[in-house]
Amino acid sequence: MITDITFGQFFPGKSTVHRTDPRVKLCMTIFLIVLLFCSGNFASLAVTVASILALMLLSKVPMRLYLKSLKPILFIVLFTSALNMFYGTGTPIFELGFLTVTINGVMNAIFLSVRIMALILCSSILTFTTSPTELTDAIERLLKPLSYIKVPVHEFAMVMTIALRFIPTLLEETDKIMSAQKARGSDMESGGIVQRVKALVPILIPLFVSAFRRAFELATAMESRCYHGGKGRTKMKQLKLGGIDLAAVLLGVLALVAVIALNTLLPPSIVI
Amino acid sequence: MHVIETKDCSFIYGIGTPFEMTAVDKVSIQVEKGEFLGVIGHTGSGKSTLIQMLNGLIRPTSGRILLEGKDIWEEPKKIRAVRFKVGMVFQYPEYQLFEETVLKDIMFGPKNMGLSDQEAEKRAREAAHFTGLREELLTKSPFDLSGGEKRRAAIAGVLAMDPSVLILDEPTAGLDPRGRDVLLSQIKQYHKSRGNTILFVSHSMEDVARIADRVLVMNGSQVEILAPTKEVFEKGSELEKIGLRVPQVTAIMQSLAESGFPVEPGTLTVDDALRQLLPILKGRGDKA
Repeated sequence: MITDITFGQFFPGKSTVHRTDPRVKLCMTIFLIVLLFCSGNFASLAVTVASILALMLLSKVPMRLYLKSLKPILFIVLFTSALNMFYGTGTPIFELGFLTVTINGVMNAIFLSVRIMALILCSSILTFTTSPTELTDAIERLLKPLSYIKVPVHEFAMVMTIALRFIPTLLEETDKIMSAQKARGSDMESGGIVQRVKALVPILIPLFVSAFRRAFELATAMESRCYHGGKGRTKMKQLKLGGIDLAAVLLGVLALVAVIALNTLLPPSIVI
Repeated sequence: MHVIETKDCSFIYGIGTPFEMTAVDKVSIQVEKGEFLGVIGHTGSGKSTLIQMLNGLIRPTSGRILLEGKDIWEEPKKIRAVRFKVGMVFQYPEYQLFEETVLKDIMFGPKNMGLSDQEAEKRAREAAHFTGLREELLTKSPFDLSGGEKRRAAIAGVLAMDPSVLILDEPTAGLDPRGRDVLLSQIKQYHKSRGNTILFVSHSMEDVARIADRVLVMNGSQVEILAPTKEVFEKGSELEKIGLRVPQVTAIMQSLAESGFPVEPGTLTVDDALRQLLPILKGRGDKA
């Protein structure tokens, strides 16, 4: 079913990670991704990956769901590692015609695969543990300085909130329309590419119509509740930094120090 | 033979996620050929999931579904044939319309069955006639119709496949009382002339009482009652316990019977009640 996509989904919970301030989580995610790319050798990569794994465990979201979020990028991982295997120098392991697989190539492939997977896992932690509203709240708050140079930050955040809010609704709607057309015998599982694209028409047209209908309805509903943009608008849920957030930042700094130290002490692992 | 039979059918949503939920729990029912079966139950009782299993839109997580004695999932590749036999009209079916003209939209189902254009058009016109769509509407865009007309067009789109079992999920939801009455009598008319089996899901006890031969009551993912309509609505207090009620007129007749009037407590329609009450009132008038 279409609702099986886990990447970008939110899983409600009360874990430490769930309770961390969304602003901190957002910054820490970006920070960890940067750290991933700064890790130059296996030792420092291990530190970064270990902190990501620790956060995954702390989030109390089932590991199976994290694995599921990796599924869509499996192809990219395999593709890059296959390519990288042939692009190394050093001792050859075996030769395939003009292609040579070397120790360095294999090491590079492993290094890059781990990095890509860690990247996805890291962003999954954020989306699994942060509700879309919290996330846009955080973005709005973090971008607030831009509003001094007349950037409509609140409006951007509202557009994002609405877009995120409608993803599940539209998915559900797609599911319903698909069921209805399937009940009328529309065949989406077989046939060539032309037939499959044609089979999408009976789904896309009603979906568009209903998306517009919903947009108009929402606009009316917002206006009748006197929405007039961000000016003078207050928040019901104020974001406040607490102990957990401080701890998160401190641990982040610790990881940074470890990565820098290991990077300078040990030689880089990627060799071309 | 039973036209549809389910054996210990269960369906669980989102197995293995925090959202895991049993929607249908070991349901075994038998639907007689040619009957008009009402399906009632409050929201979330599992009736929508159950009916979607009957035409192979969702596959039961366990248990079997027999259509005319044959397991519908025996050959998963041929599930489309099942969907032509068991027609399904969803809630608010007007949101599935997509073609340029109403006629083309109604022809979508028959053409998917592999019928020729002429045969499909013939069936579409017949179906449109059954649902009371006027001839001149057939060349219009479905998006230009009124709400009630769209509903009729969408229902005609399923009728045109001439299914031997027709499932209607709240076909009258959101229609005005007059539109509801007309649609109900058209469905009844259709049932009479085709002699096929109809499953009618509704939140309106009045509608079900008026039209169904038997009633299936779902509660908490399980079958609560499956019995002739009269028997079901005589159990007023039991229905109320699971968040349902009996038709207004049945409730009135029940309390009249309790206070000693010679009326039937299982009266289901206003007309029937009138027939019983008029002589009583007349008798009183004579005395006075």
